[in-house]
Amino acid sequence: MDEKKKSKGLPKKERMKIPRTPMPEQDPKERSRNFSEVPLGYTPEMAIKEATRCLECKKPKCIIGCPVEVKIPEFIGLIAEGKFIEAAWTLKETNALPAVCGRVCPQETQCEITCVTGKKSKPVAIGRLERFAADYERAQGKMQIPEIAPPTGKRVAMVGCGPAGLTCAGDLIKLGHEVHIFEALHAPGGVLVYGIPEFRLPKAIVNAEVDYLIACGMKLHLNTIIGKMYTVHELMEEENFDAIFIGTGAGAPAFMRIPGENFANIYSANEWLTRINLMRAYEFPACDTPIHRGKIICTIGGGNVAMDSARTALRLGAEHSIVVYRRTRKEMPARDEEIHHAKEEGVEFHFLTAPLEYSADDEGKVTEMRCIRMELGEPDASGRRRPLPIEGSEFTIECDTVVVAIGNLANPIVPDTTPGLKLNKWGNIDADRETGATSIPGVYAGGDIVTGAATVIEAMGAGKVAARAMHEYLTKSETAATT
Amino acid sequence: MHEITYREVITPDVFLLKIKAPVIARKRKAGQFVIYRLHEKSERIPLTLADADPDEGTITLLFQAVGKSTMELGTKKAGDQILDVVGPLGKPTHLENFGTVVCIGGGIGVAPLYPIVQAMKDAGNNVVTIIGARTKDLLILEDMVKAASSELHICTDDGSYCEKGFVTDRLKHLVEQGVKPDLCVAIGPVVMMRAVCNMTREFNIPTVVSLNPIMVDGTGMCGACRVTVGGKTKFACVDGPEFDGHQVDFDELIKRQAAYLAEEKTAREKWTCESGQ
Ligand SMILES: Cc1cc2nc3c(=O)[nH]c(=O)nc-3n(C[C@H](O)[C@H](O)[C@H](O)COP(=O)(O)OP(=O)(O)OC[C@H]3O[C@@H](n4cnc5c(N)ncnc54)[C@H](O)[C@@H]3O)c2cc1C
Ligand SMILES: Cc1cc2nc3c(=O)[nH]c(=O)nc-3n(C[C@H](O)[C@H](O)[C@H](O)COP(=O)(O)OP(=O)(O)OC[C@H]3O[C@@H](n4cnc5c(N)ncnc54)[C@H](O)[C@@H]3O)c2cc1C
Ligand code: SF4
Ligand code: SF4
Ligand code: FES
Repeated sequence: MDEKKKSKGLPKKERMKIPRTPMPEQDPKERSRNFSEVPLGYTPEMAIKEATRCLECKKPKCIIGCPVEVKIPEFIGLIAEGKFIEAAWTLKETNALPAVCGRVCPQETQCEITCVTGKKSKPVAIGRLERFAADYERAQGKMQIPEIAPPTGKRVAMVGCGPAGLTCAGDLIKLGHEVHIFEALHAPGGVLVYGIPEFRLPKAIVNAEVDYLIACGMKLHLNTIIGKMYTVHELMEEENFDAIFIGTGAGAPAFMRIPGENFANIYSANEWLTRINLMRAYEFPACDTPIHRGKIICTIGGGNVAMDSARTALRLGAEHSIVVYRRTRKEMPARDEEIHHAKEEGVEFHFLTAPLEYSADDEGKVTEMRCIRMELGEPDASGRRRPLPIEGSEFTIECDTVVVAIGNLANPIVPDTTPGLKLNKWGNIDADRETGATSIPGVYAGGDIVTGAATVIEAMGAGKVAARAMHEYLTKSETAATT
Repeated sequence: MHEITYREVITPDVFLLKIKAPVIARKRKAGQFVIYRLHEKSERIPLTLADADPDEGTITLLFQAVGKSTMELGTKKAGDQILDVVGPLGKPTHLENFGTVVCIGGGIGVAPLYPIVQAMKDAGNNVVTIIGARTKDLLILEDMVKAASSELHICTDDGSYCEKGFVTDRLKHLVEQGVKPDLCVAIGPVVMMRAVCNMTREFNIPTVVSLNPIMVDGTGMCGACRVTVGGKTKFACVDGPEFDGHQVDFDELIKRQAAYLAEEKTAREKWTCESGQ
């Protein structure tokens, strides 16, 4: 209570003067060779101090920036009072995965960019506080099972166990529906487990969140590919599901289609990260899945996926981990924090550079990459300045491993096996943004499969929107059936 | 968990397993495969569905122990459990009444060929099957394939059984004798498939091959299985595994398959030493 008085007692002006509390981190030299988490998290004292910086605005601007409208001033207020568990529960009212979001949300472009404190000094560290509260709750083992509505007798199927499917599942369980979630891989979590590396998002956190949903009643079916084992139509007609949510993600890797791209030791970022994260290839031969431990590893691309790949390369023992990006540092889509961490750890950057072709040795293993220098021209459709090749500027980079991280496309399995499912011209499912409804009645979709590769929190937001609409659909058909 | 209900040692390094997987047994079609993971530390390994019994709820896998993962699977007995089995994966074989279909299987390739022979026959085709192996002891599934085919030809590289020579010699002989295949299906070592394709291209026989690149997820997510077909990159797990053999870049496939030779050797040696096999 003393803490509370102290913080609440501080006048706004004084609170504004407190500098943003830095996050303790593993030393860059050390961490670039291990897979343990990089930021170490706030201590309770640090969390209270940072929470004190929040002005608990009457009309909080921060909430507008959050796709799931987390009650930001409310949960931060509770932290300031030392009520950490209550803070976590407040978070969970709107966000099923706060421990994940606190770590991976691009806060600097979402909730924190709109925070008023940011105008004069640095914004309140909303993400770090979110992570603190969720971690505190997990460590105390005080996960609260929410109140669950009486059974409605309706069965719903989630296709894909990523953040979109998990969020939709969580909301529908609370409303009393019987929820089954089908996952193609042998582990739940989607990109959270096969893509985002352990040093950024420990898998134990994702597992704890999934266990929590199972405790709430969600039925998890791993190793089940919808479209192969059951089609979407079979789920409805033979397996008696009343509604379906498709959250299969943007799981098909894009390649550049340049000569030599299929040489050995050229990986898609998905393969590279899946081998290492999901299959634990960094433990080879203790684990069976191999990976090529190159000395000079080039990663193509400038997003989060590229940063994860390049930082992982260092942890596998690369002497040089080089990012090759065709625009400049300014246009990189990766989060600032990731770029900063990558630089600290020793990742090298070749900006304004694009690969043209690869060469290989007699065994077909990549040995070098011919590149061309670029310059920035007029802005393109994305608003970023278009990179243009500079004629005659070709040069080569020697390398023994390449990771192509230029984006992901829609996975074709569900679209190919679901007649009547409307797609857009990029192969993504055409779903109503307000409801998640697709062209098939009772079938909803959301997340990366609808938007193309986006963010965890946007996928979760889409799962929420669909859950609301599905609930309405399910209860409406109920009244229709009984009248 | 999937229980092994039956195990048979076919040759010293070829094993047949029946595994409980009722939904896959019900849904699978000729040409499809599964991916299994034996335990928490295992790789994900693709194997063709050689057969299935929907009533019993079992699938049949036939595999050659070539490296650590398949050697380890080979030690499993009836009653043992396999952690994960996922499928049926890949596109089913395109079936229709083509007329005369020549089905060619080499080595362990006879296993994935078998369900296609059956299905082609069921589709009304005259199925002429040629199977081959290095030597008599390595020949598998002779009786089953014979029962499913309209006619069966067998050859061994060393002449220890039936005709001496390669499957391609046999194919050439048949064509010269006047057999006019409308389609050829070839499954076996990549060098064999390449040789068959070179020959059928000359004879203008459309040819389907089933490719076996290294895979990880089997769902089109990683691109490990990419192969070049007709100058375009395809993912064998979702676009295949069957492709127009005349369009396949076999040399690239051979090189990509050899990407982990050193690691595979390490794994094999470590396992042989630890397991005392
Ligand atoms: C390396 C990497 C780093 C990233 N970093 C960040 C970050 O820092 N911050 C951020 O906000 N976002 C990040 N993202 C993006 C974010 O992870 C995605 O936007 C988000 O995971 C999308 O969620 P989703 O539920 O739509 O799909 P996914 O997470 O892709 O999950 C889809 C799931 O469906 C399964 N599935 C697919 N097809 C089938 C089928 N036919 N049957 C059954 N199951 C199926 C898949 O196996 C997968 O598990 C990153 C992405 C990657 C790849
Ligand atoms: C769609 C598909 C269907 C398959 N069906 C069958 C089947 O029905 N029966 C069967 O015995 N095998 C089949 N295979 C091959 C089987 O997956 C490999 O033999 C297995 O992955 C080898 O694993 P390992 O760890 O035991 O050997 P490794 O140690 O990985 O390899 C040992 C040796 O086998 C070679 N090799 C590695 N991977 C492959 C591969 N994918 N194909 C061919 N050679 C390889 C290596 O170059 C090496 O010389 C299939 C492969 C695919 C992609
Ligand atoms: S969920 Fe993400 S965007 Fe929303 S408040 Fe938390 S960190 Fe910010
Ligand atoms: S805008 Fe900033 S200061 Fe205001 S409530 Fe939100 S986090 Fe606190
Ligand atoms: S095995 Fe991963 S895409 Fe085919």
